[in-house]
Amino acid sequence: MHFVWVALRWLISLALTLLGLVVVTFAMTRLSPVDPATQMVGSHASASSYQAAREALGLDQPLPIQFLHYLRMAASGDFGQSISTGQPVASDIARTFPATLELATVAIIMGAALGLCLGIFAAMRPGGVFDAVARLISLVGYSVPIFWLGLLMLLLFYARLHWAPGPGRLDVLFQYTVPARTGFVLLDTWLSGKPGAFRDALAHLALPATVLMFYALAGIARLTRALVLTELGQEYALTAYAKGAAVHRVVFVHVLPNIAGQLITICALAYASLLEGAVLTETVFAWPGIGRYLTTAMFAGDMPAILGGTIVIGASFVLLNTLTDLAVGRTARGRA
Amino acid sequence: MAEPLLRIEDLTISFPSRQGQGAVVRSVSFEVGAEIVAVVGESGSGKSLTGRAIMGLLPPRAETTAKTLSFEGRDLTRLAAAHWRALRGSAIALILQDPKYSLNPSMRVGRQVEETLLLHTSLSARERREKALAMLSRVGFDDPQRVHASYPRELSGGMGQRAMIAAMLINKPSLLIADEATSALDHDLQVQILELLGGLTRELGMGLLLISHDLQQVARFADRVLVMRQGTIVDRLAASELADATHPYTLALWNARPSGVTYGTRLPTVADEMEP
Repeated sequence: MHFVWVALRWLISLALTLLGLVVVTFAMTRLSPVDPATQMVGSHASASSYQAAREALGLDQPLPIQFLHYLRMAASGDFGQSISTGQPVASDIARTFPATLELATVAIIMGAALGLCLGIFAAMRPGGVFDAVARLISLVGYSVPIFWLGLLMLLLFYARLHWAPGPGRLDVLFQYTVPARTGFVLLDTWLSGKPGAFRDALAHLALPATVLMFYALAGIARLTRALVLTELGQEYALTAYAKGAAVHRVVFVHVLPNIAGQLITICALAYASLLEGAVLTETVFAWPGIGRYLTTAMFAGDMPAILGGTIVIGASFVLLNTLTDLAVGRTARGRA
Repeated sequence: MAEPLLRIEDLTISFPSRQGQGAVVRSVSFEVGAEIVAVVGESGSGKSLTGRAIMGLLPPRAETTAKTLSFEGRDLTRLAAAHWRALRGSAIALILQDPKYSLNPSMRVGRQVEETLLLHTSLSARERREKALAMLSRVGFDDPQRVHASYPRELSGGMGQRAMIAAMLINKPSLLIADEATSALDHDLQVQILELLGGLTRELGMGLLLISHDLQQVARFADRVLVMRQGTIVDRLAASELADATHPYTLALWNARPSGVTYGTRLPTVADEMEP
């Protein structure tokens, strides 16, 4: 009974947050100076065709009706036609979002693993050699512009050493022969069974994922180090030392279970920021992701595309947050 | 007299500061045998740092020098890290002020009591559990099974401190350092815990270093009293002689406590008493 109640509360709060998101995006369309009807027919259209476009878009209806209409559209995933690509926004997003999701997921897995290790081991011997190296790495990751790093890596691995393949997610050879079943190239090429296709996809992913990983790692390592150091100064850590425990035992057995929730949150936040903001990396590596799609749409004043993209990214944020909260509740500190 | 349990000669602890080295403990010397020695002083007098130095648990910035710092005849001034770890929790143990902070909040109490065994013995999980349960009932729990399975937040302050004592004494160390071990508890519990500590100390034949700011409180349980002020020992006397103490600072500490006589009046502070 208790479980049902908890699940219900989660669902209600999730639904309310999503509703809030839809309200904000709806307000965006109505407050923005861009008139969707003009966008559709052009500024030289006759009064009658302008009127027809207004009616087709439902702009002549009262606002509450428009909002309900919009809500129905958003719920069914139908965001209308993109003005710049001429295709349904839903299919554009279905194409670009998995590309970003794949890149961000690979990057966060590597970044979290490395960042946590760097932070934890740096905190074990503050002021030591490893700590200095870890701090240098995260300082560079924090302060170096991500596009510059990407360009440098392209210059080195693509132009000079010819180790990395060209831009995009797949070689032209495979682009039209590998059927897109999931939208995730790594999975699609694996499923296709074509020799070399999976390796090609992996090679394409390597550079942009590394750049993004570096960015995620920097923040994760710094926060992890600070958290572990703070906990090591707590009295329960001193007690563990007084029992004769070595520093690795104090950290892994005593400290980490107590900060697991915070570490999960840190990684989830880094993941969210990768999902939303890989625009620069996507541009440098010609990665056809949603960051680039949205940026292009914004410059073109392509309202349906902007709204669709915003809602999808917003919804994944909300979902990620909910999952994080659930995971944090499962940690030792959360239960204890 | 045979070699005492703990022998400290000229212990000095300093922290590097902008003005150079700032000594917070200055040439402190004392010995502890199988007895209860109270180290009393205001906060900042260096009594806690002295306790930590005996455990080798001073912050890395601290610089420690001592002519002698020996425990059971072993020279602690040049002990390797692994030997320190072998000593802590098995021969020397430490109890801190507040179990709310000194017990790990996300680990069951039983596991925390057993950890000391895990680190220093090769007992099986079952033997560890049996010993932990026996130890828990020895420190006064009627339901050791339940306490063993509890999280620290499920215990009250007094119960938490009992669990802490169980965790620290389960290996029968020869010296226990109790650093303000009762200061976070209310008066009746303080007496109970001190009585428990005193009883176990005599039973196990170990030494107890009772670090406290409350002279009157510990005087009833200690054999000897060392009074510390600003990093040095200013007075040392047997607990039975406290009533006839002559050192002004000892007297000041002795009087800085409410009683029937002081009711309704402003209590003298140490600063008042030290005025010429």
